[in-house]
Amino acid sequence: MLKKQYLPIVITVCLLGLMFAAGSFRYTGFFSLQVLFNLLIDNAFLVVAAVGMTFVIVSGGIDLSVGSMIALTTMISATLVQQQGWPPAVVIPLVLLIGSLFGSAMGAIIHYFKIQPFIATLAGMFLARGLCYVISINTITIDNSFYTSVAQTKIMLPGGHFISISVIIALLVVIGAIYLAHYTRFGRNTYAIGGSEQSALLMGLPVARTKILVYTFSGFCSALAGVVFTFYMLSGYGLHAVGLELDAIAAVVIGGTLLTGGFGYVLGTFFGVMIQGVIQTIISFEGTLSSWWTKIVIGLLLFLFIVFQRLLSARRSVHKI
Amino acid sequence: MKKEQGPILTMSGIHKRFPGVKALTDVSFRLFPGEVHALMGENGAGKSTLIKVLTGVYAIDSGEIELSGKTVHIGSPQEAQLAGISTVYQEVNLCPNLSVSENIFIGREPRRLGKIRWKQMHAEAKKLLEDRLQLHIDVTKPLHSYSVAVQQLIAIARSLNISAKVLILDEPTSSLDRNEVKQLFQVMNNLKAEGLAILFVTHFLDQVYEISDRITILRGGEFIGEYAASELSRIELVSKMIGKAFVELDQLPKVRGTASKELSDVTAEAVQLGRKGAIEPFDLRIHKGEVVGLAGLLGSGRTELARLLFGADRSDEGILSVHGATKAIGSPRQAIDHGIAFCSENRKTEGIIEELTVRENIVLALQASRGWFKTISRKKQDEIADEYIKAININPPNPEHLVKNLSGGNQQKVILARWLLTEPKLLILDEPTRGIDVGAKAEIQKLVLSLSDKGMSVLFISSELEEVLRVSDKIAVLRDRNVVKVMTDDELSQQQVMQAIAGG
Repeated sequence: MLKKQYLPIVITVCLLGLMFAAGSFRYTGFFSLQVLFNLLIDNAFLVVAAVGMTFVIVSGGIDLSVGSMIALTTMISATLVQQQGWPPAVVIPLVLLIGSLFGSAMGAIIHYFKIQPFIATLAGMFLARGLCYVISINTITIDNSFYTSVAQTKIMLPGGHFISISVIIALLVVIGAIYLAHYTRFGRNTYAIGGSEQSALLMGLPVARTKILVYTFSGFCSALAGVVFTFYMLSGYGLHAVGLELDAIAAVVIGGTLLTGGFGYVLGTFFGVMIQGVIQTIISFEGTLSSWWTKIVIGLLLFLFIVFQRLLSARRSVHKI
Repeated sequence: MKKEQGPILTMSGIHKRFPGVKALTDVSFRLFPGEVHALMGENGAGKSTLIKVLTGVYAIDSGEIELSGKTVHIGSPQEAQLAGISTVYQEVNLCPNLSVSENIFIGREPRRLGKIRWKQMHAEAKKLLEDRLQLHIDVTKPLHSYSVAVQQLIAIARSLNISAKVLILDEPTSSLDRNEVKQLFQVMNNLKAEGLAILFVTHFLDQVYEISDRITILRGGEFIGEYAASELSRIELVSKMIGKAFVELDQLPKVRGTASKELSDVTAEAVQLGRKGAIEPFDLRIHKGEVVGLAGLLGSGRTELARLLFGADRSDEGILSVHGATKAIGSPRQAIDHGIAFCSENRKTEGIIEELTVRENIVLALQASRGWFKTISRKKQDEIADEYIKAININPPNPEHLVKNLSGGNQQKVILARWLLTEPKLLILDEPTRGIDVGAKAEIQKLVLSLSDKGMSVLFISSELEEVLRVSDKIAVLRDRNVVKVMTDDELSQQQVMQAIAGG
């Protein structure tokens, strides 16, 4: 029997299926596995970033620094690899470390100074974006052989289809995050804090450590998304991924996670990203529509999902009485 | 009781001071294994502080805490739990979004190589609840799908699992119905037999005598005494708690016959007023200077009735007339304009603004009724605040005190002052004495009577039948969202009203 708490995720999956079916029905050439794989290829970095965001939102917070952190990662990677000639084997771990430290610093500020996550990460967003321009105001193109070969590698699948290395990374992140969320104490503590931070504290859970780790994880995911984005764009630029944190938040919400915290699934977020991808694909198949229609449809969907969540939680509280 | 074992917990010479307040002065406390020990005292007596000291929320200024004969320092809730002291609070401090078994085990989940073993955890939770608490529920469901009573039992299960030696139950019965209280007491008795030491805090005297072996009384942050429950009479207990003779309480005029009053002016009259799903159509007439009590069980529709009169909910049918004129009261704003005031039962969420001072809280409603552009001068505000602080005896008598630092009874008085200031014709009091101590209760009851003597009509809602009987001229009895009977004068006896509530 289907449990009630899986309802939001089921709705997300159904919606995805419905959209894909509608696209297939309307456009020739839409219905193919490769279109589906392209969704993954084009949105791999968003999947990675949104997974980190899921943990933050489940814990009852928000992380606005994601897009800027991605830009900063592309920028640091590009300048070190391209202009300083550092080997990627050093650069990639380094940027991941920087992202994690950046996240844990924000987490520590949020927890110890009791600052609203919105404000603390807003500051982080400006800081990271600004740092990009300290490095350079121009695009730095990467032609390092490692980066170009990763970008061009096609992992062939049966039937002539292919995916990229980034897709593998994104899928590993999703699987790892599901494990983290449901089978580790860190994951369960995150849900507990999102449910009631006060209770978590009184239950003797390590609230400080968990909260800081949540933002550390989000920082790590942002940096990893930045690495994937670097493979995708093969350049570093201060204007990369502007507003991407909002796409990530949208994906998390469409995936059924409650913005108030305490409830949500990583897998839902994955489908949330896919839905955004399908909308984009449909609009590009349509040909005549401006790509901004993607935003309009996502906006409408968000409204629907938020109202739906509200109704669901309202029903829940009626049940309790 | 196995007293020969010696106490498991000894607190001696405990001092705790907050800025400007001595919360605990030289308090001692002993708890033996296998006993239920009631901690009694009025609001502000220091019960909560003592418990927070025990659970590591507050650090003590001086004194000693011994657990199992060893001096312990309790620095945080976590340390308290590890030492074997667990607390279950009135508002269950668990995570509503997590499953029952997680709430029991979180932080100590059974794991293999860091991986949580869900099956084992669910099985252990189920066994724990069934074996020790006789609770048969689906442990995989989220906590919020169960009632507060069950949630409390789950919180107790969590404490037991952390191998608690001392279990503190802080006002556990406040939001439970009779059967749930019975179930809780059954569990407490079982745990007591297993040798657990239970510290029980409550406002209900009946429950103290039903379950406790010994009683410790605090007053004004000082230790008054430790007594065997069987050797302390109720009257002695209450007089020790409030520090005055019990007679004072009983001196309230009992039933005041309506005959003694002129019932010419009708303040408010409801004719077949009702709202689907909330309350069936009812008739109710409230005269000038009359106290109308609403009696009935929790959930019988008392609050719903009051909310209709105040316009907090809209009626679907019937007529409400105020001062003889039919009024469509569609919002609290309109009700206030017609001279109706409403003190909600949830003073924390619907009444008091904790971050504001006593003065600011008092002038709030008056300011609202004047409109926000006609400000009340600071001088005027101070005068008003002083006047009401004196008139209804708010303690401490400092208008600039933050309301969150006041005791429950005094917060209630601040809300009362706020509404009295608007000079209402009809004052609706929903559970004005809930969760406040005996002394403050008596003061609020007196206040209600003196207001009605001055011509104010009062609708008085309370779960305590005695209290309703004491202050009311007329009682409307509710059962299952129906006004089943309106009783006056000689009908007003506890037995009559009980029968009406019970029905049949």
